[in-house]
Amino acid sequence: MALFGGVLLILLLVFSFGGAFIYSEKYANFNDTSQRLQAPSAEHPFGTDPIGRDILARTIYGGQISLFIGFVAVLIETVLGILVGALAGYYGGALDAILMRFTEALLIIPTIFLLLVMAKFFAGNIPEIHIGGRTFSGSVIVIIVIIGATSWMYLARIVRAEFLSLKESEFILAARATGTSNSEIIFFHILPNTFAPVIVSSTLSVANAILAEAYISFLGLGVQQPTATWGNMLDTSVKYLDSAPWLWFFPGMLILLTVLSINFLGDGLRDALDPRSRAV
Amino acid sequence: MAEPLLQVTDLKTLFHTPEGTVHAVNGISFHLREGETVAVVGESGCGKSVSMMSLLRLIPTPPGEISSGTALYRGDDLLRKSEQEMEDVRGREISMIFQDPMTSLNPVLTIGRQLTEALRVHLGLSQEEAEKRAVQLLEQVGIPDPARRLGDYPHQFSGGMRQRVMIAMALSCAPSVLIADEPTTALDVTIQAQIVELVARLRETLHMAIIWITHDLGVVAGMADRVLVMYAGYIVEEAEVQDLYDSPSHPYTLALLAALPRVDRRRDQRLKSIPGAPPNLLVKPHGCPFAPRCEFVIEKCREENPPLMNVGKDHTSACWVAVTTGLHR
Repeated sequence: MALFGGVLLILLLVFSFGGAFIYSEKYANFNDTSQRLQAPSAEHPFGTDPIGRDILARTIYGGQISLFIGFVAVLIETVLGILVGALAGYYGGALDAILMRFTEALLIIPTIFLLLVMAKFFAGNIPEIHIGGRTFSGSVIVIIVIIGATSWMYLARIVRAEFLSLKESEFILAARATGTSNSEIIFFHILPNTFAPVIVSSTLSVANAILAEAYISFLGLGVQQPTATWGNMLDTSVKYLDSAPWLWFFPGMLILLTVLSINFLGDGLRDALDPRSRAV
Repeated sequence: MAEPLLQVTDLKTLFHTPEGTVHAVNGISFHLREGETVAVVGESGCGKSVSMMSLLRLIPTPPGEISSGTALYRGDDLLRKSEQEMEDVRGREISMIFQDPMTSLNPVLTIGRQLTEALRVHLGLSQEEAEKRAVQLLEQVGIPDPARRLGDYPHQFSGGMRQRVMIAMALSCAPSVLIADEPTTALDVTIQAQIVELVARLRETLHMAIIWITHDLGVVAGMADRVLVMYAGYIVEEAEVQDLYDSPSHPYTLALLAALPRVDRRRDQRLKSIPGAPPNLLVKPHGCPFAPRCEFVIEKCREENPPLMNVGKDHTSACWVAVTTGLHR
């Protein structure tokens, strides 16, 4: 299963990033209203959308953005989660109490509302950004930060729990007895011991981040057109649910496959890295 | 007499727990001269480890608290130093090795990484120099093929080998004092002997002072110069090692020596043990803490805790009764 997930994920990455060599981004954003809402054909394998853009090309570029958002948001989440969890777990006392109450305060707000409110709040005038000769809607960055900032709480709790037990271990006492400083102990002695649960949790978070992006883009608060993501492609398809099913089928299917493959991979990693949960 | 290397006076360590305050160390005083080996013996839970860890300030505070005392190391009070200053002392001036080598090494870091840590932190060596030095250290503690083994992880080493690595780590910066907290307890007998021999050899070459915490009086006889006997957080007897075995003068020491297994004892005789258990340190004892288990107990023992009294040259004991004569002292 994990192997299947891994292979599938690699195929999806090849599709999104390799596909860019076949279709240019200009082509993905090119609209030809005479070709609007065409069913899949040889010329447009996935059909075209209401303003005549090629859906295959848009799923390729949308995939890049969706996957990029997924991975970078998780990077932010992991850094935040580790930082908060490590400091709270290692130092304990008042710092732990403050950080954990803050974490819990964020946890009791339903994530989806938090996401939507923040997306709405920051949706004002966002300049476009140019990277490597390409233009992105600045909303990509906003979405990444928002997803990262609203999802680190579970990871922080996992890391804190690991730190609480590991800081009492003999090898940490031994490290302190050789004069190792607190920051060295936190980042070079305890942290590597927590990698197994962190890697598993982060992998599964990638799937959640991609889903979260799809939610908010679907509701029109996420990444703005013309930059394509799988989520905002679904948004445009709502009005044509029966009349043009290819509009939602392809991006929807890609989201499903991505999330599925990442979850399989995450489960596989959990089994491989955590002997306690190994299935018989 | 020259100033001792380490002079501990009236050290008291408490632990504040939800059940009450645990009096783990109750005002102990001792000294350590350069190049000398002092053994600290006593039952489990009598404050041996806690008192030594207090010196290095490795007691978690809270719940622990070092409530009084001074520990002068080369004239500086270790108990008044800042945390940063202590980091410079630990490993550089005073090193400690622990009981269980199986859990004292970080399982996810290579031996080389852990061994070079102190060298880089304290001596400011580059990674390359530190590795060169680490190879020498491993050679010194008798690990074959040291250069290759630097890249190995702790689980690739046996218990005895790991304790050798721990010793190499502790000695990496040539400290003046080595605190060994029951370093042989978790090892089997033949390995124990090797480790004791190794430390004794290194003591000669590096000329360091050793505080050896143990409950193995056999090891003590072999390598210590002086012995501190601890009970319930007090030092109850202090003597030169030969003196202690020849004329133990505290009932607790007598009982410990009597409890030693001997190869020349008849097989049908049971091993002797000390009746009862060490006192609950939550309750501040009234009178001598050993009184409830003592064969020599007199009325005064239950009322007043005896101070350390001179019973011979460099030999002190905290007992109201002279155990050889049974007379009140």
